[in-house]
Order: sequence, then structure tokens, then C-alpha cells
Amino acid sequence: MTDKYALFLGCIAPLRYPGIEKATREVFKALDVDLVDLEGAGCCPAPGVIRSFDQTTWLALAARNLALAEKKGLDIITICNGCFGSLFDAAHILHEDPAKVKEVNKILKEVGLEYNGGKIKVRHFADVLHKDIGIEKIKSKVVNPLQYKVAVHYGCHFAKPSKIKQLDDPERPSILDELVEAVGPKSVNYRDKMMCCGAGGGLRTRANDIAMKMTEEKLANVKKAGAQFIIDVCPFCHLQYDRTQKDVPGYDIPVIHMAQLYGLAFGLPKEHMGLEAHVVPVKL
Amino acid sequence: MATVKEPNPQFTDLIIKSGGKTLNLCYQCGTCTASCPSGRQTAFRTRKLIRKAQLGLKEDILPFDDLWMCTTCYTCVERCPRQVDITDIIMILRNFAVKEGYMADTHKKTASSMMNTGHTIPLTDDYKGMRKKLGLSEQPPTVLGDAKALEDWKKIMKITGFDKIIGGK
Repeated sequence: MTDKYALFLGCIAPLRYPGIEKATREVFKALDVDLVDLEGAGCCPAPGVIRSFDQTTWLALAARNLALAEKKGLDIITICNGCFGSLFDAAHILHEDPAKVKEVNKILKEVGLEYNGGKIKVRHFADVLHKDIGIEKIKSKVVNPLQYKVAVHYGCHFAKPSKIKQLDDPERPSILDELVEAVGPKSVNYRDKMMCCGAGGGLRTRANDIAMKMTEEKLANVKKAGAQFIIDVCPFCHLQYDRTQKDVPGYDIPVIHMAQLYGLAFGLPKEHMGLEAHVVPVKL
Repeated sequence: MATVKEPNPQFTDLIIKSGGKTLNLCYQCGTCTASCPSGRQTAFRTRKLIRKAQLGLKEDILPFDDLWMCTTCYTCVERCPRQVDITDIIMILRNFAVKEGYMADTHKKTASSMMNTGHTIPLTDDYKGMRKKLGLSEQPPTVLGDAKALEDWKKIMKITGFDKIIGGK
């Protein structure tokens, strides 16, 4: 087991919900895992927007992020499905296509970097928790079991496309439910649990009215199932659920990122979870 | 009289060469459309888009909003009985749309922010304060606030011509 990772921050967590960043740093510390800053990393870049605009730019910038981690000799750990999707896909494309490696290295050479591939992995923090750290160790750290009924939101880029991710069943996954229940809550089933939050693919930016309709559909199903919180593993889904409830009447379901949930269950200082950044107040 | 549209095999080939090698495996069953969460809310029909792409009907694809209704959720890809890389093909088509100058102003804004600051969204004073209160560095240890990293970041996009691409034609 690797006990040291390069922490990839992305955009939404550090710039909109810094509590997610803080919680991640503290939770992994409590689990004896060393997270090292990936200094100078940028946007992943976002798959739904930047990759949709220009694949060459997307791949070159993703390769730069990967090269920074490769230079450190550390696997990347992400706290966002978007970052995970982007960096994982980029590493996969480069692994499959040597011509693309040549193409990006021609660009990276201009900034003094090189990406060789095959040396480092791109990991999602939830996968690291589940596979590497394990449920037993996690359970041993719980001092404050949060016995709520919660709705787990997997998001799209955690297990999909499953052909390359090979993490969990894309339609009936269980990893996140197991991780949530390990620290106390009961994960309730709800209609269209695997559906997208609505934010991805540049939809939130381009046509938020439509994105919000999708979010509202999910919120209605979560409410109907009697869930008290939504638990996510992606700051973008997190933002979409949290902010949409400001504009759609009838909902006040707090949204908690899994790192924050773990921080609370591990008895870390509540004020370190940055819950005041949330639009829907988190009352525990 | 019904209008028959001329297929454009050159555009079809261009999609295939750009990474859409599974495009012609599609046999139009419609599982994608039935699975699409965006299609529940909009007139976007994934199966139709793929058919248009197979026929190379560039003018029927690139200028239209439908192309941008996909949230890249990959549900259709998971369920496709022919394993067509639908989401990848949609992103390839979007690249062509952007090259032709079809790009929403809001998307241009996101792209410029990413290009100029390293992040898709700005860091405002409110969030700087919040970071500080949490005991984090005011600016995250990313491209932000790292002059050399930002210079490299921008240099890459100068090479790929990203500024011109997002500027339209």
C-alpha cells in the first residue's frame, strides 16, 4: 500500500468549498496517509468544458499535471470526480497511444517537463479509502457515528466509463455506500440514484435552467426516500446540489462531501470542515 | 416533397480519424436516447445525433444547442449494445463546433479563466478569507500565485493555439 500521495486539488474544492480540502488533509492524516501538495498543478482540465473545446489543449494540460506527479514519483489522489475523470482518461489515452505521448511531450519539452507514463496512477480518494485503507481501519477511527439516513450520490465519472475505470459496477455500485455506512449513517435507496446531478458537460455554465431541472428531479427523489443529507464525492456535484436549492423552492437537504463526513465522524474539529461555505446550512 | 440531405462522407471520416472509430458500429437501437437524463428535459436525442454524425451532416450538428445538452454522464456508453464511444464522439463534434466559431459566451468565459489563472473559476476575497480561517494557505498551492507555473501553463496554450480557438473563427 502506498502511504504517500500527491494531492490534486482541482478548482471547486479549494476555491468554493475549502472545507473539503481541509477535511481531506486532516482525514488522511488521521489515517496515517501522507498527502503531499502538487505545487503548480492547475485545472485538471475540466472534461465537460475544456475537453469539449479542444482535446489537444485538454490532453497537453492534463499531461502537464501528470508529469508533475511523475516527477515526484507519487500517485495522484483526487477529491473530485471531474478531476479523476479527466486525469484518468488522459493517462489512459496516453497509455494506449504512443503517438499522442510524442505529441504532448513535444509541447511539455517547452516547459521543461516530460511524461513517460506507466509509473504513477491516478486514484480517487474514495477508492483509496475502500481498497487501500479498508473498512476495518476506517471503523476503528470513528468516535462520532453519525446515525442519519443519507442519500449517496456517486456522480458520473467515479465508476464510468467502466470499461477503463474498472472500479465498481457502473449501474449498481456499492463502494460509496459501504464507505458511508462504515462511519455511521444508513445509505437509503432512492429512485434514479445513479443519475447525473445535471452540472456536467458544461451544462451548468451554458444552460443552468436545464441543469437545475435535472438536479430538481434528483432532489425530489432524495426527499421522497426520506434522506436527511446528500453525501457526494465530487465538489462540482456538491456545488450543484447545494446552490440549486437556493433557487428551487421546497428543499433544504444539506450536502456533505465524504471527506467532511469522515472528518465529523472521526471527531475532528467541526469548524475545520468549512461547513459555513454551504448554502444549505448543515445542522448536525 | 421530402428533402433528402446529401451525406458528407468526408466529415464522417474526420470524426472517425479524430477518435470516433466506433461511430459506424451504431445500429440505431435508441438505447442511448432512452437512457439520457438530459433527453428527459430537452429535445436532445442522442440516437439522432449519432445518425447525423454517421451521415456526416455537419451543418445539422455543429450550429445547434442539442450538441451541448449532454452532461457527459456516460450512461448511454455503459448501456450501448454496440459499445459505441458516444460521449467521446459528442466531445469530438463539440471540438469541431468550437473550431467553426460556435461557442457560448459563458463557455468562452470559463475557457479564458482557465487559460489566464489556471482555474475555471476565480478566487475571490471571501474565499481567501475562508481558506485562511481554516488554516489553509490563502491561495491554494496550485498555478495560482506561482508565477513560473502560470507562465508554463499559458505557454502550453500558446503552442496549442487555445486562445485563437476560443476566440472563434
